[in-house]
Amino acid sequence: MLMNFETSVSPHIRAYDDAQRIMWWVLFSLLFPVMAATWFFGFKALLLVVFTTVVAVLAEAVFQRIVGKPITIRDGSAAVTGILLALVLPPTLPLWMAGIGAIAAIVLVKGLFGGLGFNIFNPALAARAILLASWPVAMTTWVAPLALDSVTTASPLFLAKMHQAVPDYLSLFMGSRAGSLGETSVLAILIGAGILYWKKIIDWPAPTAFIGSVALLTAILGQDPLFHVLSGGLLLGAFFMATDYVTAPVTTKGRFIFGLGCGVMTVMIRLYGGFPEGVNYSILIMNMLTPVIDTYVRPRLFGGVKKHG
Amino acid sequence: MKTFPRGIHTGHKKESTQSLPIREAALPKRVVLPLQQNLGVPAEAIVKVGDVVAEGQKIADSAKFVSAPIHAPIAGKVIRIEKLLTAAGVLVMSIVIEAAEDVPAASPAGNRRSWKELDRDAIRKAVREAGIVGLGGATFPTHVKLSPPSEKKIDAVIINGCECEPYLTVDHRLMLEMPADVLAGAGAIARAVGAERIILGIENNKPDAIEALTAEVSKEGLSGVEIVSLKTKYPQGGEKMLIKAILGREVPSGGLPMDVGVVVHNVGTAVAIAEALELGKPLIERVVTVTGSGVREPKNLRVRIGTPFAEVIEQCGGLTEDAAKIIMGGPMTGTAVSSMEVPVVKATSSILVLAKKDVGDVTEGDCIRCGRCIKTCPVGLMPNYLANFAKLKNWERVEEYHVADCIECGCCAYICPARIFLVQYFKVAKRELQLRKAVC
Repeated sequence: MLMNFETSVSPHIRAYDDAQRIMWWVLFSLLFPVMAATWFFGFKALLLVVFTTVVAVLAEAVFQRIVGKPITIRDGSAAVTGILLALVLPPTLPLWMAGIGAIAAIVLVKGLFGGLGFNIFNPALAARAILLASWPVAMTTWVAPLALDSVTTASPLFLAKMHQAVPDYLSLFMGSRAGSLGETSVLAILIGAGILYWKKIIDWPAPTAFIGSVALLTAILGQDPLFHVLSGGLLLGAFFMATDYVTAPVTTKGRFIFGLGCGVMTVMIRLYGGFPEGVNYSILIMNMLTPVIDTYVRPRLFGGVKKHG
Repeated sequence: MKTFPRGIHTGHKKESTQSLPIREAALPKRVVLPLQQNLGVPAEAIVKVGDVVAEGQKIADSAKFVSAPIHAPIAGKVIRIEKLLTAAGVLVMSIVIEAAEDVPAASPAGNRRSWKELDRDAIRKAVREAGIVGLGGATFPTHVKLSPPSEKKIDAVIINGCECEPYLTVDHRLMLEMPADVLAGAGAIARAVGAERIILGIENNKPDAIEALTAEVSKEGLSGVEIVSLKTKYPQGGEKMLIKAILGREVPSGGLPMDVGVVVHNVGTAVAIAEALELGKPLIERVVTVTGSGVREPKNLRVRIGTPFAEVIEQCGGLTEDAAKIIMGGPMTGTAVSSMEVPVVKATSSILVLAKKDVGDVTEGDCIRCGRCIKTCPVGLMPNYLANFAKLKNWERVEEYHVADCIECGCCAYICPARIFLVQYFKVAKRELQLRKAVC
């Protein structure tokens, strides 16, 4: 009757959600901004999304092959990066530029730091910063939504910076405005974010602190807070970038501080900086502070000495 | 609803045995009794090969305080004393007894007496002599917990009826079937430690147990006994979590429940105490839940200590074709055993057999920093960082991040989407720190 059974350390049961399932839910939630982008900017927008996604996944496979690591494209993280990158690009960006961005995101920002879980910067946002520095004109050329021909126009935040008339709230909410693929339709972003909340994949601290601090600060500074919340990449950044597991803090308190820092810096850049939009750089700067936040913001130990009385 | 912060919901998986009354298992032909069945100092054999022993006769003991004697679960002959495999996967000096008939009883069974006739010293002595240890699985010698130092004032005894581990139904059945013994044991514990209050903490997925005990309390007209319904959440039955949920007190880091005026005993331990005091019965059997997708007929069995797992499983219809993993204890903290020959010991609350489909293919990935381990850790640790430091053998950091406070409940590893064996790293790290302290 002596038999050998499987042995391992406890626990012997595991929760259903694993890393791959989480990534696939993130991919699913991103379909809504992608659909909105396709609706407003046409087939070329969808083509851009598909292209950056394919390049990102291929880049990951080739890179891992070259450095002799196991190929992990099935975990879905490279695809998430590819889609997120497309969502922060202008619809008219030449495909080859977008492709370079996808390769930079996967190889420079993620792979060279050790792959999934080890990168310091959000790959999509860091790649966007690289593209913006490399091709500033192409990266800031916006087209009007729902136009048959590519009619060049200005983004709402640029119009605001230049003290010109901006689109109404409803256009901003639905997405009928110029901008990057994924940042135009607030509705689509909220649907995607709602799915992630429902599946408990993202939590409230970072987005709440991010959006809340932008609203509060712009109101204090005499701006229209609703306009600032609805325009630019704020909601996309707050729900899909500031909640990135790898590059944001791990504790609830830390995530709140992270969101707060993002919000304050976004407003500073929007109102006083050289660029009309500050979401991209604010998140990248807070990415740098993540290790520090994680070091000093820790949960209270059960039965530990209370620091304040 | 009273509870503690954080923790997890696992789904309790108790359906297959929670309504099955406890049945007596067949007497084993041969028992294996490891001499280390308690936390602390192992017992030493006081019989030798060839001796004939009576049922309930003491066969191993120790002069040390933090130890518990061991008794012969069956009448028979000592055939071997040697190192044998235990459920923990290590070889432990064990006494093997083969059943024999016509062995005279050790002492004639006395009449049932009430624990109320005994003073605190008599209670402690009787509990020690009966070899009782914590039956929730921790196996700390019970008489030690009944003897708090005089400077520690104990005001409350908590009887742990949470049974928060999935699959287990031992304590549930004991509360339903033996409520009088649970309360008698609780009363004796309270007398031994000089406490005024007795609180029974039970998870609200066992309303029938709450009802049975409430009825017993009012039938006996007991005062100072409270029954508290607690939220069903793992690890509600963790000592520190239980005290926090019921009394709002936090056992200080590195401290014991008695530091906040509490002692906690498991339901099964209370029953064993009652039987020892009132019937003079030593701990030679215990109730075991035999369950899981790998067992044909799950049961709650009263099993003699020392019975091989194989014999217990056989009485439950045997294993299914796809049985893949045998676990002693619950799925969250239990130990996977490699052989069915290992014996039931005092710590064996359950024999859980999982089929292949429930074991799954668990391959460790890289941490994606989702933070779920931190959100679920009932102690407030950062398991992801702790595991990283342990992997890097950065023991100073491991200590600074409070690995010593880890209760090894397994919440972090359960929830981890990267399937990292977090508890394993912490066990290794704790051991490493202990060894380093011993060297210094």
